[in-house]
Amino acid sequence: MREKLARLREEALARLGAVSGQAELEELRVKYLGKKGEITAILREMGRLPAEERPAMGQLANDVRAAIESGIAAAKTKVEAAALEARLKSEALDVTVPGREVTVGKRHPMYVALDEMKEIFIGMGFTVLDGPEVELAELNFDRLNAEEGHPSRDWSDTFYFDRDSRVMLRSQTSPMQVRAMDSMELPIRIIAPGRVYRKDEVDATHSPMFHQVEGMVIDKGVTMADLKGTLNTVVEKLYGAGTKTRFRPHHFPFTEPSCEVDVQCHKCGGAGCPTCKGEGWIELLGAGMIHPHVLEMAGIDPEVWSGWAFGFGLERTAMRRFMIDDLRLIFENDVRFLRQF
Amino acid sequence: MNLSRKWLDEFVKITASDREFAEAMTLSGSKVESTQDLGAEISNVVVGRVAEMVRHPNSDHMWVCQLDIGKESPVQIVTGAWNIHVGDLVPVALHRSTLPGGKRIEKGNLRGVKSNGMLCSLRELGLDERDFPYATITAAALVNDYRPIDPEKPSISPEAKPGDKVFGPVRVAAVTAVEPGENGAWKCALDLGESALTVETPCQNIHAGDTLMVNTKKNTVCTLADIHAEQREFPNCIPDGIFVLREDCAPGDDIKPVINADDRVVEFEITPNRPDCLSVIGLAREAAATFGAELTLHEPVVRGGGPGELSDYLTVETPATDLCPRYTARMVRNVHIAPSPKWMRERLRSMGVRPINNIVDITNYVMLEYGQPMHAFDYRYVKGGKIIVRRAQDGEELTTLDGARHTLNANHLVIADDTRAVGLAGIMGGLNSEIVADTTDVVFESANFDGTCIRKGALALGMRTEASAKFEKGLDIMNTLPAVDRACELVELLGAGEVLDGVIDIQNKMPEPVELTLEPEKINALLGADVPEEEMVRILRSLDFIVDGRRVSVPSWRGDVRRMADLAEEVARFYGYNNLPSTLMRGETTKGGYSEAQKLENRLGATVRTCGYNEIITYSFISPTAYDKIRWPSSDPRRESFKILNPLGEDTSIMRTTTLPSMLEILARNSNFRNKDVKLYELGRVYYPGGPDGLAIEKKILTLGAYGEDIDFYALKGTVEAVLREIRARDVVFEPCADEPSYHPGRCAAVYCGETRVGILGEIHPLCAKNYGQDQELYAAELDFEALLAVHGPDPVYTPLPKYPSVTRDLALIAGHEVSVAAIEGCIKRAGGKYLREVRLFDIYEGPGIPEGKRSTAYSLTLRSDEGTLKDSDADETVARILKSLEETLGATLR
Repeated sequence: MREKLARLREEALARLGAVSGQAELEELRVKYLGKKGEITAILREMGRLPAEERPAMGQLANDVRAAIESGIAAAKTKVEAAALEARLKSEALDVTVPGREVTVGKRHPMYVALDEMKEIFIGMGFTVLDGPEVELAELNFDRLNAEEGHPSRDWSDTFYFDRDSRVMLRSQTSPMQVRAMDSMELPIRIIAPGRVYRKDEVDATHSPMFHQVEGMVIDKGVTMADLKGTLNTVVEKLYGAGTKTRFRPHHFPFTEPSCEVDVQCHKCGGAGCPTCKGEGWIELLGAGMIHPHVLEMAGIDPEVWSGWAFGFGLERTAMRRFMIDDLRLIFENDVRFLRQF
Repeated sequence: MNLSRKWLDEFVKITASDREFAEAMTLSGSKVESTQDLGAEISNVVVGRVAEMVRHPNSDHMWVCQLDIGKESPVQIVTGAWNIHVGDLVPVALHRSTLPGGKRIEKGNLRGVKSNGMLCSLRELGLDERDFPYATITAAALVNDYRPIDPEKPSISPEAKPGDKVFGPVRVAAVTAVEPGENGAWKCALDLGESALTVETPCQNIHAGDTLMVNTKKNTVCTLADIHAEQREFPNCIPDGIFVLREDCAPGDDIKPVINADDRVVEFEITPNRPDCLSVIGLAREAAATFGAELTLHEPVVRGGGPGELSDYLTVETPATDLCPRYTARMVRNVHIAPSPKWMRERLRSMGVRPINNIVDITNYVMLEYGQPMHAFDYRYVKGGKIIVRRAQDGEELTTLDGARHTLNANHLVIADDTRAVGLAGIMGGLNSEIVADTTDVVFESANFDGTCIRKGALALGMRTEASAKFEKGLDIMNTLPAVDRACELVELLGAGEVLDGVIDIQNKMPEPVELTLEPEKINALLGADVPEEEMVRILRSLDFIVDGRRVSVPSWRGDVRRMADLAEEVARFYGYNNLPSTLMRGETTKGGYSEAQKLENRLGATVRTCGYNEIITYSFISPTAYDKIRWPSSDPRRESFKILNPLGEDTSIMRTTTLPSMLEILARNSNFRNKDVKLYELGRVYYPGGPDGLAIEKKILTLGAYGEDIDFYALKGTVEAVLREIRARDVVFEPCADEPSYHPGRCAAVYCGETRVGILGEIHPLCAKNYGQDQELYAAELDFEALLAVHGPDPVYTPLPKYPSVTRDLALIAGHEVSVAAIEGCIKRAGGKYLREVRLFDIYEGPGIPEGKRSTAYSLTLRSDEGTLKDSDADETVARILKSLEETLGATLR
């Protein structure tokens, strides 16, 4: 019996060592450890042994059972690992096959540029204002020092809705300055983006409808140096730290002193190239100290309050931001264009 | 405004390079757009004298010339041009020279003869006949150049000998000698066989040895036109050739100064507040102040003494006093009309003005120099010796110098004589008083007219001129007298006539001198700078402001300077904008940020983009026919739109009251571009009449539009639902909408949140789609932004997650086809009681197994109790209640 057990142990461990599949393993388990298995068969023969041998033989049988059990466990681990490996192998994918498409729509590039701008100004304590596009000539012109007879009021330049040239499509976002002065408490810090309209035929740089962003600050002791400082900060945020600006005298009826602001050409760094027409600078916006008469017309005392304002074209800013070379693309709305941003 | 650097030099010496000059002037407020070096492309081109000409041995049309270029030995050049003669001064482009247009000249071989350069035409130097009127070329028809069109039937016999008749009085003649005559003409000695003849001709292409045709009756050499010949019959007898110089120059001289190509012309963008800078003197003053250089101005001095009394010849009346603040005039007699001298022509040319004759050139010269438009009338045509500045009569007619005929009205200001208008004041003179070759007496007008009147007049007539462009900005009233004196001085300088003593000077409205107080503290406070008072004074004085202590007298030409802020700008301009400090704002801080509406706008955009929609931007104005295209009946009140009275075109003439046509147009455009599966959105405005102050009611509409494989009604509805879920709108109801003419009557729904109608969505009506050229299904939704803002729910409050498990029960129902899903859902919810948490439709079926006229809908119900795990009996009871209610109210039964 002792030899029988030793043989059984040897045979079982050898077969378990060579086992290759789950089914075979189960078969062996039943064969050796099952209710009708070989260990059980041997144990059944225990009754025939003398009583003094039984404990030792029982011990041995248990040892053999334990050895076979751990053999089965080891074989099981091995078999499972092999099975997993095989499964993983069979499940391998061609990861270069494109992913399932999720289509997310895009923000229009011009509004992307506008959003950037809004964030900058909001961070500086500005409020974003919205106002009418069908506007009174009084607010678009008179209240901004462009009196009757000013060339920009001509029917060849501005769209009108009545013969008296009273109601028009605003030709600039600047009437928002007046609306803000008339309706808001001082001090004021606003930007007012929006659509404006001028009688220009459509071409690569013109459109009868385009967008401007107006900005205005009114406070006590606001200076032209503050205007420079603020705009310099904005330019650095838009075009990167260290971007150089240049302030040039200019003329707007509703600011005095007035200026235009150029940024150093990003392409040539100021040396002069086709992008900047050889000047080394690219015109960015118009600005100036609010004309005292404009303040007076709004009932604001220019001896106490001062302010500055600026306005720039959003299309041009977006076009520069994304290197778009034709304004018509902005309003054509071809999805092949829109999906690029 | 163009400025010749050479002309500028007369008033202020500036040595700065073109780039330095442009930069400095731009930064002091006179923006330089470009600088053109007139001779930039010309190099190694000199004046040469034709020393010898022989015909090319191997060519029937070329000449071999020896050119004296001021060196020991002449230069040999071969030319195909026929208009030069021995003794002529011509431009010679030497070996390795350059010409305008990037042309390079090298020596070469022309049919075996060396040519060491090229003789230049006007065009090759970048010029034309307007620059040098005398260089116009006239060509004779030379018989030795004749190529018959039909060789079988030549018009001139190849055997024709001198003296033979060609037709009528035209005879063949051989040229025996050519000599220069008067005024650039040529004297040709001709052999007519039996007789000889000398003829003077303007034709320059004749040389001894040529054969030509002469009209023996008129004694003229025949040109191609004279014998009605075509150019191809005389291929080398062309009105083109070498530019024969009649300038004061010598062989070897650089050509650039001779043709004024050594000048640089600076183009300025002058802002409308500075009409004084539309003149050489005005810009010279700015340049002097910019560079700290001395400005040397010149006082015109008129000798006068011409025959007669001015008052005997001329009276001036200005009944339209409001439109003519000042009228100044002088008179010149015994005028001799001639070309103006070279220096004057050059200055005019470099500033882009075409020279005409001495008197007209003087008026243009003074306009450029002083910025004061001038006009010269032929006194003969000033009837009654009277000039009247008046408003035109309605219907009055006038033909201006450009030959255009105008019908005028009382808004136009005219210069008239006793009987008729002779000029459009401030715009253009009349043809009826033009200076012509035999003009002998001239009236110079130097006036000031109302800017708005001139601008509107010029605009109405579509003839904005250099003069009107100046007047419209409001000129210096004090400038008329010096300008007219300057014109008279130039008349005397050019010997063009005799100036009468005296001036007519009507002063209707003379300006009050403007005096301001210099307040350095306020200026510095506005600029945020610390400019010393002495510096301010220095700057103002450099611009010819008179500063006495703190009193500042503003010069008459600076109508733009009226108060402290204006002085601040003058100080800042020359102190340097870029030298001002750059500071950040102090003072009270303001709270910035987005309003609720702006935040909602951002959220709506983000949501629909997540659903795949791309943002578009469309024009706010549309064509009135757009309402037809979207099938709105003509009686539809929504057609009532703001109408632009002066639109760019019909297509952009009314303010839209709906965004649908804009969206459909863009969808159609994308479809035409063959773009697949397009989804678009716009948050754009519509404009309804009836706002305050006669303005519009402007509302924002969120418009969705789509076509393609992955879009159908329910896909679109899914996006609309996503939007409403995002803004936490409650009580959302979609109602069938069959009466919206733009939409498919069976696939259109109106969306409500409670009582508020938020918008509409659906498939576009096939007829409407067809109006946009589309056969495919188009989808659109129009949601009112204000309504969305009104229904958007409050910020979410956390609801605890369920503690107890839920039970799911599926119901497959059969109901009549006409029973809507919304009705079934509503019924389930109403009957569901407190345990029903969610109702979800998961299947709709019609077909085999379902009775005709019925359909099957399957729902998954989620039931849950908050008090404990739901008992089966409670769930069963709920379902039974629901089924009972479905059967009773909708006739729906379990399948």
